[in-house]
Amino acid sequence: MNWVAFVKYLLVMAGVTYLIRMLPLAAIRGKVKSPFVQSFLYYVPYAVLGAMTFPAVFSATGSLTASAIGAAVALVLGWMGKSLLAVAAAACLAAFAAGLLLP
Amino acid sequence: MKDYVKGLRHGLPIALGYLSVAFAFGIQATMEGLYPIQAVLISFFNVTSAGQLAGLQLMAAGGSLTEMALTQLTINLRYALMSLSLSQKLDDTMTTPHRLLLSFCNTDEVFVVASQQPGKVGKAYLYGLTNGPFIGWVLGTALGALAGGLLPKSVTDALGIAIYGMFIAIVLPPFRKSRQVRFVVLIAVAMSCMFEFLSFFSFISGGFRIILCAVTASALGAWLMPVPQEKTKEKETEEQEALNG
Repeated sequence: MNWVAFVKYLLVMAGVTYLIRMLPLAAIRGKVKSPFVQSFLYYVPYAVLGAMTFPAVFSATGSLTASAIGAAVALVLGWMGKSLLAVAAAACLAAFAAGLLLP
Repeated sequence: MKDYVKGLRHGLPIALGYLSVAFAFGIQATMEGLYPIQAVLISFFNVTSAGQLAGLQLMAAGGSLTEMALTQLTINLRYALMSLSLSQKLDDTMTTPHRLLLSFCNTDEVFVVASQQPGKVGKAYLYGLTNGPFIGWVLGTALGALAGGLLPKSVTDALGIAIYGMFIAIVLPPFRKSRQVRFVVLIAVAMSCMFEFLSFFSFISGGFRIILCAVTASALGAWLMPVPQEKTKEKETEEQEALNG
């Protein structure tokens, strides 16, 4: 791609993304006092993870069946409290095997 | 130093997940007509999957710079929420220069892992936590852009689920232990599925859906079952033990 056009795109893209991330972190120093806001912020990571994982995980490998099998393996191992890396690797292997074995 | 190494260790699964996701991005960028070095520059300066993918599509379609800015704003606005939440966990070592530098790498996964730490987190831990994923993201993009065509599709396809396996492993132990977390996660998942499957909602972009789900579910949780602060601390410690054990 033409470099002049590319650099303009890149500057806008990276600039906007950085400002969104940086401003709240640089500006907010105090401790939030309100119990509502405290609880809210405590729940945010779990809610974000849930929303990002489902239903997106079912289209993660290009095959619904392989993705569902990979997700099921991850759910079982995750429930058992296995480490992040072990669960991620097992999900990949299961999806890979399912992709090979199933039509 | 100990905290830095601990951060590195916690960042390793994220780095491996990113390696595979960025690999896919690298392949796609060269297919859209970018030079491999351009694909790497995008990953180096953005460090975000959904935003980069949308940006790439806009570049390929010759979209305007305003469109580019608005797209990034919508998809990435969730990071403002995460930075806000993370700002409550930082200790005194996080002075302004470190905040300016580290916010650059505040991705979904880094945020989630950092939030799981008991008590406060400092700069050593956060540099450790972000270094691996950043390298994985940039390196994965380079490998995908240069050599993506060499791997069989069955392998690159299967790698796509790595990041979700990691998400599931993070959320299930606290999900199993805490009724409140279960409530919040199930609402977020139900909303997210509703947005996906009801075509009525298709005008809401992916990044914005995550904001809506997260804000609604967390607000309902905070309203119906607020967590007292001392309780929050205890819970975090227990959850951490459950995660490690």
